Amino acid sequence: MNQLLTDTLHTAPIMGTIVLALVVILINAMKKDSLALEYWVSLIGIAANIGLAVWAFPLRGSAFAGTVMTGGFASLTAAVFLVAAGLTIILSRAYIEKIGVNFGEFFHLILMGAAGMMTFAAGTDLVVTFVGLELMSICLYALAGISRRVHKSNEAALKYFLLGAFASGFFLYGIALIYGMTGTTNILGIAQNIAAYKSEPLFLVGAGLLLVGFAFKIGAVPFHMWVPDVYEGSPTVVSAFMSTGAKAAAFAALLLVFTATFDFIHSSMNTVLSVLAVASMLVGNIVAISQTNVKRMLAYSSIGHAGYMLIGITAGGDVSMAGVLFYLISYMFTNLGAFGVASIIENAEQQGTDLENFRGLYYRRPLLAVLMGVFMFSLVGIPPLAGFFGKYYIFVAAIENGYTWLTIVGVITSMISVYYYLRVVVLMFFQAPEEAEAPQVTSGGTIALLVSAFGILLVGLFPSIVLGWMGGLF
Amino acid sequence: MLTEFGKALIFIILGLVFVAGGLLVAKILRPHNPTAEKTLPYECGEDPIGPQWMRFNIRFYVVALIFILFDVELVLLFPWALVYSKLGMFAYVAGALFIVILFLADFYLWAKGDLEWIRPEPNVPRLDQLVDHMPLRVKGATPPAASPVATSE
Amino acid sequence: MIPVHYYLILSAVMFITGVVGVLTRRNAIIIFMCIELMLNSVNLTFVAFSSYLGNEAGQMFVFFVMAVAAAEAAVGLAIVIALFRNKQTVNINEVNILKW
Repeated sequence: MNQLLTDTLHTAPIMGTIVLALVVILINAMKKDSLALEYWVSLIGIAANIGLAVWAFPLRGSAFAGTVMTGGFASLTAAVFLVAAGLTIILSRAYIEKIGVNFGEFFHLILMGAAGMMTFAAGTDLVVTFVGLELMSICLYALAGISRRVHKSNEAALKYFLLGAFASGFFLYGIALIYGMTGTTNILGIAQNIAAYKSEPLFLVGAGLLLVGFAFKIGAVPFHMWVPDVYEGSPTVVSAFMSTGAKAAAFAALLLVFTATFDFIHSSMNTVLSVLAVASMLVGNIVAISQTNVKRMLAYSSIGHAGYMLIGITAGGDVSMAGVLFYLISYMFTNLGAFGVASIIENAEQQGTDLENFRGLYYRRPLLAVLMGVFMFSLVGIPPLAGFFGKYYIFVAAIENGYTWLTIVGVITSMISVYYYLRVVVLMFFQAPEEAEAPQVTSGGTIALLVSAFGILLVGLFPSIVLGWMGGLF
Repeated sequence: MLTEFGKALIFIILGLVFVAGGLLVAKILRPHNPTAEKTLPYECGEDPIGPQWMRFNIRFYVVALIFILFDVELVLLFPWALVYSKLGMFAYVAGALFIVILFLADFYLWAKGDLEWIRPEPNVPRLDQLVDHMPLRVKGATPPAASPVATSE
Repeated sequence: MIPVHYYLILSAVMFITGVVGVLTRRNAIIIFMCIELMLNSVNLTFVAFSSYLGNEAGQMFVFFVMAVAAAEAAVGLAIVIALFRNKQTVNINEVNILKW
């Protein structure tokens, strides 16, 4: 009994988020027209849970018989997902008011999705990893299709669901084969005897299938087909949450499962990972050039960013893992902001998110345009912003570990990406404005965007502090 | 010397022989004399109306989904029941939490009205509706024979 | 006693059947059934390994897979119904607004 209490306390961010999600759905069930109440309860609850995550940070260890990691890495990733969920909820209020239904369910699904992400990223037993993955994915399937009368949204949800469930099948088969070889599903247990299985074919097949499942979730080429369609079709705020939270969760779990414990450095798996990285960087950044829809462009750019992060995973070692985590944090703020601007423009002008809708934005809404500029520059990786340091740490770690060629590909594709990111900036600032009214920006939306931009600047100006949190996490 | 699979094979062969033999014997013995009435699908002696592939009411679907969820989630309670006596209080609290969360889901469904079995409103035609709908009427709509009922309202 | 690799071959065949079905079929419901077939082949693998290794962890995993698959089925079928109400089709070739 005491054990249960201690374990629950040590996994407080996860438990707290689940309780919060249940409270929100209960309020929704009992009270009509409770949007404001649910909104504030969610936000205050998220703030409290971030506090719990900070509180649990020093409690390094594991809970529930070694199945869930606590403190350190788990707390850091939990805080990242909670911030993403909070910003998504703030941004989504205008959207939900527009579609007019299902407020409570929307917040509930975002919160449950965040709880799933935390579980996914903190699981040290493959059962827990799998349950977290599915909790996250099921919430995101429902969120993708939440505007159920919109054809695009239906289509995005169907594609995401079918391909996501397909990927889960591979993921599970990989786990089953690994379990068969090692007799345990606990990754620490697997790691202890890794030398004995390292060259077993069945184990390698299992690890490969597991990697296929992960590659689907992070949207790495050649498992990226769903990414552009789903990001374009889903409501923009949901795309923001998917592209940041879900991707970050999959990367955190990949770090934990593959790099931290399986120790595949300099084995055959690394070749596979580097091929995935190169393909993602090339395809993502080159195809993004031809996109005319900002959401779709951001989707391809997120494939490219998955490639950069895969460099870090390929290189291995503590420095590059810290680099990947750093990249995840900076990418979270940046992409949430970029999708947030897109959602505000979409909501306000009743139009799409085509590049044309951004033309002359500076003359209509200077603040929005400046913020979008900051996000774009951070995605490119211009020095004072967070995006630069994310790339910098990953590239440095890759060179140190002898992956210079990966770094070269990374730098070249970054230069390609400058073209399409700066095109948005040029359109916003240097093109004559169209005859369109200024987008109505809710104060909540502005605050969320300002928080994102502030986060980018803070992480960019004081990278050593953020890196300091990661010291000795692995 | 039979392996396990050998026994299964013999079992399968015997099963096939029984079924095929029965059908064959019946085929040889029975008279074969079809008429138009005999080949109709049987609906209690009435002539069949409409296609056989009918759509079910959407409410069946909602209830079936809810049933599947609660039915299958209970699978997690079986292993719990097995180790319950060994783990004591820990298992009790963990299982209770699980059931409480399931109950919350049930409460949500109940409060949202998804468990209500709404009776369909009887569709009594009214004169104003009939007049309104006249120009829009398409093939297969309600014939106007019901108008006496409408005028009585 | 049937050796464990018989079960593994059967489950691998089931898994590949499911994968091929997902890749070749065009009806969303049938694709979903093929995915369920994949999950069930995984369950078979788990149970076979569990009995071979004399270790209960695999059986426990099967319970989780079943419960999660049910939740996934509920959400997935709801998505299919929403699509059908809008487009009157569940053929994924006709679901093609989003491309390039």
